[in-house]
Amino acid sequence: MDRVSALKLVLKDGTEWVGQSFGFLPRETSEINGEVVFNTGMAGYPESLTDPSYRGQILVFTYPLIGNYGIPEESFKKGISEFLESEAIHIRGLIVSEYSPEYSHWQAHQSLSAWLRKHRIPAISGIDTRALTQRLREKGTMLGKIVAPSRLFNSLSPFAAPDEANLVAEVSCERRRILTPKEGFRKTVVAYDCGMKHNIIRSFLARGVRVIHAPWDHNLSREKERYDGVFLSNGPGDPKKATDTIAQVAWSIQHQIPTFGICLGNQLMALAIDGNTYKLKYGHRSVNQPCIDLKTGRCVITSQNHGFAVDVKTLPAGWEPWFSNANDGTNEGIRHKKKPFFSVQFHPEACPGPTDTNYLFDEFIKHL
Amino acid sequence: MKSNILKIHKILLLGSGALKIGEAGEFDYSGSQAIKAYKEEGIEVVLINPNIATIQTSEGLADKIYFLPVTPFFVEKVIEKERPQAIALSFGGQTALNCGIALHSSGILKKHDVQVLGTPVRSIELTEDRALFNQELAKINVKVPHSIACNTVAEAEKAAKAIGFPLIIRAAFALGGLGSGFANEKEELAELLQKAFSASPQVLVEECLKGWKEIEYEVVRDAADNCITVCNMENFDPLGIHTGESIVVAPSQTLNNYEYQKLRTLAIQVIRHLKIVGECNIQYALDPRSDDYRVIEVNARLSRSSALASKATGYPLATIAAKLSLGYRLTELKNQVTQKTCACFEPSLDYLALKIPRWDLNKFRKVSDEISSEMKSVGEIMALGRTFEEVLQKGLRMLQIGAQGLDPSPYPFEDLDYALTHPTPHRIFALAKALDQGYTIQRLYKLTGIDPWFLQKIKNIRGLHKRMVSLGARHALPLLDHAFMRELKQSGFSDHQIADVFEEKELTVREYCKQLNVLPVVKQIDTLGAEFPAKTNYLYLTYSGNKNDVDFSLKARFANRAFEKAKNRKTIVLGSGPYCIGSSVEFDWCCVNAIKTLRKSGHEAIMINYNPETVSTDYDECDKLYFDELSLERVLDIYDKENPQGLVVSMGGQIPNNLAVKLHRAGVHILGTSVESIDRAEDRTKFSALLDSIEVDQPLWKAFTKISEAESFADKAGYPVLVRPSYVLSGAAMSVAHNHEQLNAFLGKAVRISIEAPVVISKFEVGAREIEIDAVAYKGHLLIFAVSEHVENAGVHSGDATIVLPPQKTYLETLRRIKTIAKMVAKSLAITGPFNMQFLAKNNQIKVIECNLRASRSFPFVSKVTRHNFIEIATKAMLGKADIKKRYQTVDLDYVGVKFPQFSFPRLKGADPVLGVEMASTGEVACFGSDLEDAFLKAYLAVGYRLPKKNILFSIGRMEDKIDMLETIQRLEVMGFSLFATEHTAKFLTDNGVKVTKLHKVSAKTSPNIAEYLDLGKLDMAIVIPRAYAHEEQTDGYLIRRKAIDRNVPLITNVQVAKTLVRAMGKYPIDWLEVKHWGEYRN
Repeated sequence: MDRVSALKLVLKDGTEWVGQSFGFLPRETSEINGEVVFNTGMAGYPESLTDPSYRGQILVFTYPLIGNYGIPEESFKKGISEFLESEAIHIRGLIVSEYSPEYSHWQAHQSLSAWLRKHRIPAISGIDTRALTQRLREKGTMLGKIVAPSRLFNSLSPFAAPDEANLVAEVSCERRRILTPKEGFRKTVVAYDCGMKHNIIRSFLARGVRVIHAPWDHNLSREKERYDGVFLSNGPGDPKKATDTIAQVAWSIQHQIPTFGICLGNQLMALAIDGNTYKLKYGHRSVNQPCIDLKTGRCVITSQNHGFAVDVKTLPAGWEPWFSNANDGTNEGIRHKKKPFFSVQFHPEACPGPTDTNYLFDEFIKHL
Repeated sequence: MKSNILKIHKILLLGSGALKIGEAGEFDYSGSQAIKAYKEEGIEVVLINPNIATIQTSEGLADKIYFLPVTPFFVEKVIEKERPQAIALSFGGQTALNCGIALHSSGILKKHDVQVLGTPVRSIELTEDRALFNQELAKINVKVPHSIACNTVAEAEKAAKAIGFPLIIRAAFALGGLGSGFANEKEELAELLQKAFSASPQVLVEECLKGWKEIEYEVVRDAADNCITVCNMENFDPLGIHTGESIVVAPSQTLNNYEYQKLRTLAIQVIRHLKIVGECNIQYALDPRSDDYRVIEVNARLSRSSALASKATGYPLATIAAKLSLGYRLTELKNQVTQKTCACFEPSLDYLALKIPRWDLNKFRKVSDEISSEMKSVGEIMALGRTFEEVLQKGLRMLQIGAQGLDPSPYPFEDLDYALTHPTPHRIFALAKALDQGYTIQRLYKLTGIDPWFLQKIKNIRGLHKRMVSLGARHALPLLDHAFMRELKQSGFSDHQIADVFEEKELTVREYCKQLNVLPVVKQIDTLGAEFPAKTNYLYLTYSGNKNDVDFSLKARFANRAFEKAKNRKTIVLGSGPYCIGSSVEFDWCCVNAIKTLRKSGHEAIMINYNPETVSTDYDECDKLYFDELSLERVLDIYDKENPQGLVVSMGGQIPNNLAVKLHRAGVHILGTSVESIDRAEDRTKFSALLDSIEVDQPLWKAFTKISEAESFADKAGYPVLVRPSYVLSGAAMSVAHNHEQLNAFLGKAVRISIEAPVVISKFEVGAREIEIDAVAYKGHLLIFAVSEHVENAGVHSGDATIVLPPQKTYLETLRRIKTIAKMVAKSLAITGPFNMQFLAKNNQIKVIECNLRASRSFPFVSKVTRHNFIEIATKAMLGKADIKKRYQTVDLDYVGVKFPQFSFPRLKGADPVLGVEMASTGEVACFGSDLEDAFLKAYLAVGYRLPKKNILFSIGRMEDKIDMLETIQRLEVMGFSLFATEHTAKFLTDNGVKVTKLHKVSAKTSPNIAEYLDLGKLDMAIVIPRAYAHEEQTDGYLIRRKAIDRNVPLITNVQVAKTLVRAMGKYPIDWLEVKHWGEYRN
């Protein structure tokens, strides 16, 4: 039997949400800080929890039943997770309506609860997640803390914003390494790991592309291996903090190297060409975002996880918006009108979410 | 980038006809939405649908309505007359689709230059023809079950050898799995093949994937190739049970992201390849031990699943499909719930939706209660909530089968393992019982193939129940603390369930919950998990939450401008719950019309209902929709929150009517006729006294608790007698006893099923005619009435009878007497609102047999035939707005309406297709005509019967009936039909100079035999009149009737129907039948 202890989420606006702990139970005195965000996806919690873009965040699932199919094995092949999106759980805390301790799946290796405890991540169930989501939607993403129920709001230390730190540096790989597809390769890309989901690497390898897996501040001018393109990964936090990566993107574009970015990569691309980014009220975190290809009018359903967006009004001459969100009109991708520099705000690698846009990897590879 | 919107000004839309098993109310929903969507574009819509009880065949929707059979013959007639530019086939189920394909392949559509909207016919054919379908999917490397399409029995046997047992046999081109089944060995195969080939020219022999998970996706695609999946659903029962027979949950619960997305991607790939435009459904089998899959089928039309998906997600699939069929792109359409976001998106649910089928198998004699790959259920419910335990227990209560939740105690299982491995409607309770008895999850999984995750949830419910019991049962309620009560409530336990454990009253538990502050909250269905603000009025209640999405505070109500206008005139209408035998779309029609009238009268109209196949649960029909239980507890919850001025119980049939007294006692203001009067009409003794006081006759009756007293009464009154337990709907468990033995047998049964209520025995009048009156009164003053007569003599349940309006045979004097009685009853009971009475007429004597102070099954029929909306008049009366001076013409009409029952016997293996005092029909049609025969013949064809070409079989039990039928049979001989008959009937006919061929009984096994003739398709019609009105044994008549049904041969079992049919056939060759739309039938 799992321990049943109460735990509390406190939002910066003073509201308190008490439920039962089903993950790691922090000490009575600890305060788990994070930015509280919600995700409306209905399946894919193991992928979301290991997505480095959630670094520093307390994640709320709007789907009420979480844990149904357990957690697959945390196995790795050549340093790449087989079933998950990274080596670690990146969220600071998890909030759900109902945790399902019983799980059933042929690939399940352990329960969500056991996994969270192993990774020392606190989790709360029994929360009115719909009401919490409505609050975040109305007031915007908010800072919060997970604390023991006995703690009074006034006694808490100041709320700390995770994105004031350089989160990209925290989640990036430490040193450069080369990953080669089993069946050999035709092309090579330098992939900037700003918190890269493993399915991006899997997507390149599966297409016969060798990946130079590079840290966020890797200096392109000193790269000794021959490479055909540059890729900018997803990642957490404010893109403006990743100044070293932005400089490298600018260098890549300047040297006419085909460049492709995903999510944070879209924002880094914009910043590298002197465009601007801004923080959304509550971001897009879901697997059902409709995005319209502005040239063809075709609509694709995309997986998303971002709190910042590109301001298309600031794009320089020669560049154009590529995709736009059909719900709120925010930018979902930019590209150079003639050269092979382009990026999207959504996740073609999915995991979790629809795979409708994985053709973009092929598009990119065509330009290499 | 602008889409090419088709320039169309007139569309012909095909409906699905009568409700039947496999094709029910969902098509009223989809058709109504489509009509609205086309009308919004300024297009004229012509509808063909003989189902008179539907919303889509009501005023204010389609421009022209033809109450005609949905068959190529009549549709062509309408095309010739109306000259539409386009035809919509995907909103009327398999009936419309099959008719459309036939019209296309015979070149009729091309001849009249009619374009098919949405999915092209070629794509439909690819999905309907198994071999073509498999070929197409092979082209894109998508897996399908190993399957061989066969056109002969020999081919099928060869295929069986190639694939190997166990096998599944399916008939192609058939609704809801008709003619399908599993074969484990050769003999079973032979039997199945014969049946399947009689249902369809093509039969599929397939690999058996029993035990695999069954998953469905609803897919939408536009002509510009934008393609999305709106919803996925997981069957609780593994493959092997028809999805219409399965408990289904949305979204899927046991699929991980990889599986979810893999099947989603495949769905889009397949639908794009098939070039479907609009909406469709794709079904998969998914291996529970790997990621292997098979595509089971694609339905290239709106289906039962799409209606469910629409209600489960709030995404209006039928409306969107209609718009897409005109050439719109998904990206050009708005999400109707948010009015801001785009329709090209995939809904995100923050709740679960659970569907449970509603069976009514005990209404049929001799039918097996096993469920498998063929559909047998007659309706369904959908429960919304935020835990699986909650939706399961809510759902079981919603079925209205007496279950208060997941409690196995009312269901005895003699052999539990057998009950687990042989699915029946009660298997869910067997699972609960097994867990109570200590079966492990693994063992149950092995026995049933149901995913352990679901089994564990059932175990949780039983665990909570056990914990409750352990508190000490009797009057230990105060030991239940806040935390435990909350847990119970979040797991779907009702006040009633808790009250049963602690031997308290339901309302005591309710008060206790209030004290503990364990109360449900109201949540919205908004399609996107609260990501964007949505002004949706689509609501449900749950205990997993502590904030209402709707602000019920007085301040909020005053801030609302609509409130000023409405002056607190909020009114709640209770819906009709699940469709079952005796309560179906007609009550939904009544509810929707009541809602419409309330809104027109400036009221805020609130609907409570939970049947996903209805129009009343469309959130744009009312001001607020509570998709939740019709229970005392839940209605009071909503009443407390909404604080309306009143509540309507008289529109949704017996379920809301039964709540009237309890609600009234709990302080609810019931609109219309007083609860005391309702009770006086429902309680036999009180009603009898009332009839006596106004000197109105009724059949002799008495209530009994002892068998011996019953016997002596029956002796005195004379057999046959009608036996029934009190307070039943649609004659369930009613029977006719012709002698002592039968009476004893029935009493044994009846007493067993109903201990509290005494048994009522009444004199059964033989040879009497039956007449009904539907009426509306205001403070006891009759406002409007319509009298209809039955074609059949009394003894056939009024729901199964062929009903004629205006009456053609009833004497003026009888009509006058009936009106007078209705007036007196209305006055005595001070009726305000709708009511219905049934009468027997014999030798100028009128007897009252029933009186219901609510809208009846025939209200849509009488409203549409007389062209006066009885519900509108009734609703206004309940609001005190009656026009007492107004007079309505409902007797002297220049045309005739005939309502005809639709039976679903082909789907009910083994059921005896004979009519009796128990209702058995699943739906109805009605047609109009210049006279009775014209309307009758069209109605007969509209339920799917064919006219005989040459050979007709007779088997008539009683001598009186033989004599009665003689003239009719002679007429058939003159008309050139070849006549066949069973031994005694043949002898009687030969003696009377009729040329007839004698056929041996089915049991005789000698040639020429009836079985052989039926098997070889040599008979075009069977007229088999049973000896008595009810019998249990397997008679020869039963064997003929059943075989006729299984061989798809039209069957008539009633003398008056046979006579009317033959008269009509003689009068009208099919070409002479009138093709007029509703608007042309006016006085």
